[in-house]
Amino acid sequence: MVDFIRFTVNGLVGGSFYALLALGLAVIFGMLRVVNFAHGAFYMLGAFGAYMFVNEFGLDFWLALAVVPVALGLVGIVIERAFVHRLTRLDPLYNFLLTFGLTLILQDVVKARYTVSSVTIPPPYPLAADANLGLFHFPAYRVFVFVFAVAVCAGVWWLLARTRIGMVVRASTERPELTRAFGIDVSRWVTPVFGFGIGLAALSGVLAAPTRAISPLMGADLIIVVFAVVVIGGLGSIFGSVLAGFAIGLIQAWGEAYAPAIVSQVLVFLVMAGVLLWRPSGLFGREEQMA
Amino acid sequence: MRRTIGALAACTVGVLFVAGCGGGPSKPAGQLSNNKIVLAVLNDQSGVYSALSGKNSVAAVNMAVEDFKAKYGANAITQNVEVITADHQNKPDVASTKATEMYDRNNADIILDVPTSSAALAVADIAKQKKKLYFNIGAASTDLTGVKCNKYTFHYAYDTWELAHSTGTTLTNSGAKSWYIIYPNYAFGQDMNKNFTEAIKAAGGAVVASDGTPFPNQTGDYSTQLLKASTLTPSPDTLGVMQAGADLVNVVKQYNEFKLKDKGIKLAVGLMFITDIHSLTPDALTGTTFTEPWYWNFDATNRAFADRFFAKTGARPTFANAANYSAALQYLEAVQAANTDDADTIVKQLEGKSVNDLFLRNGTIRAADHNVVHDAYLAQVKASSDVKEPWDYEKILNTIPAAQAFGPPSSACTM
Repeated sequence: MVDFIRFTVNGLVGGSFYALLALGLAVIFGMLRVVNFAHGAFYMLGAFGAYMFVNEFGLDFWLALAVVPVALGLVGIVIERAFVHRLTRLDPLYNFLLTFGLTLILQDVVKARYTVSSVTIPPPYPLAADANLGLFHFPAYRVFVFVFAVAVCAGVWWLLARTRIGMVVRASTERPELTRAFGIDVSRWVTPVFGFGIGLAALSGVLAAPTRAISPLMGADLIIVVFAVVVIGGLGSIFGSVLAGFAIGLIQAWGEAYAPAIVSQVLVFLVMAGVLLWRPSGLFGREEQMA
Repeated sequence: MRRTIGALAACTVGVLFVAGCGGGPSKPAGQLSNNKIVLAVLNDQSGVYSALSGKNSVAAVNMAVEDFKAKYGANAITQNVEVITADHQNKPDVASTKATEMYDRNNADIILDVPTSSAALAVADIAKQKKKLYFNIGAASTDLTGVKCNKYTFHYAYDTWELAHSTGTTLTNSGAKSWYIIYPNYAFGQDMNKNFTEAIKAAGGAVVASDGTPFPNQTGDYSTQLLKASTLTPSPDTLGVMQAGADLVNVVKQYNEFKLKDKGIKLAVGLMFITDIHSLTPDALTGTTFTEPWYWNFDATNRAFADRFFAKTGARPTFANAANYSAALQYLEAVQAANTDDADTIVKQLEGKSVNDLFLRNGTIRAADHNVVHDAYLAQVKASSDVKEPWDYEKILNTIPAAQAFGPPSSACTM
């Protein structure tokens, strides 16, 4: 039983990264109807940002956690204004290709700087030790990741559900025409929302940096699972993607602990196929209205 | 249109009688197809295994070409040696397509490297089919010299038997009695798991459990396996990690994070490259004992090569880089000696040959299974306080003579 709880905690930590990444994707998709393929690249840039802060500038990890997502969010805003914006009127495939191309460019820029080998940073002070969770000990930093991710997801939910900005964003997401009819400038919110989504991707990258090898391809590999998460949760559904993120983390951890390798390796995609058969628009997604 | 078809037909008929279509003398100096030698390096240039071989191995092969030309000068069979390269992305299907393209369209005389065993096994099949040479360096599966062996495939550098019987046996003899093995779930990892399990049992140890992990691993996360290590009964004293490249970096990073050493579970690494130690920093691996087929700072010869290599690439060579250099050089030497690049003649030239060069010490190219056997080394990662210069992370504990380093030719191999 203790082991089961331990695997569960671990699954929630893994799910934290999925939830944060899926949240960013969902926010962007909801507002812009853009499937942001470059999300993984910004996750990777976030991790390298943390590496630069800690290893090259000799600064604190916590500073990186505060500064890097904001800085990359600003980069996101520039990208939205310069590129994404121009293609939103066209077939969604154009923006998909744009963000895919952007991913390849960003990866190669990082490869040129850091080569293809990976780098690492240690868990930050004072979380390098184990935390005592009563029944067992667990790496303190990983516990922090879970708590922090839940707080961020709750914060975003509060922002969207309880503030005026959130109300406008939700209205623009769900009924853009009607919102415009009320005299609200919807396009004003598109750019900051894109930047915010990118900032979330960067935030999960910074957060992941002390737990894994930091390499130019880390995002491209991970994003495949995150797309599955978003599809399971329902494309564009904020709540669905967060919930699906944590759920997939759990399913993966339990699968790896108790199921044979051949099953656990495809489990996420089996779940995705099952959910799509049962509810084609994902667990919490709405059927797209045919215009 | 009709003219084109007519010309093509004439050419096709012509091919039956003369060697080439396109005119000109076909074989002037020496017996070379296309008047040139084409060396093709096929490996991972963007993924998890790109740091351990990748573009730096292409640089090493180019160094071999330079050295060959410098050695023979005007007497060289040709000055026209071309090095081509492609990225197989660790995918067997991509590797097959690229290999076919290299042999057929680019007239490659030999394919070199091909890490990722599943991809290497696919290329070995193509080599057999096309009757062209393939020197495997990056892949470790013993199937290349076992059930899948063929006349045109040679296995350079290292294999899973070697890694298991030196690292596995040595560690079991020195106290690692119960193992939990995690391996990447594809040809290489499965082969490592099998060979390590055999070697550990033969030395009187036991394997408590072994688990496959996804390859490629999209999440870079091994925490479930690391947690599982401390929940197994009986409790293992050693975690045998068979992952390689960036995957290995992830496992070791998380092994330290989950503090398994403090829980009495020691780390054993099946395959490690100097680039992995460089990524992790020696602190993360201090004291880890592993098998090293070649080390850049072992003697003056290696060091001189490593200095030249560093000037070109900004990194110290991995054993795979050095082996690519050696393989390219030995191939060129064989072509020079045989005065032809005809694959069957070169195979005869190479079989049974004894070689001593930068990489192969007391090397023999075994005729029975085409395994290129040579001295290997048991190495240990230094403490960071003992590291005197960047990249000098390894202490060589002892030399494993060629005869002991590799297993006997497999009975499964029929050429």
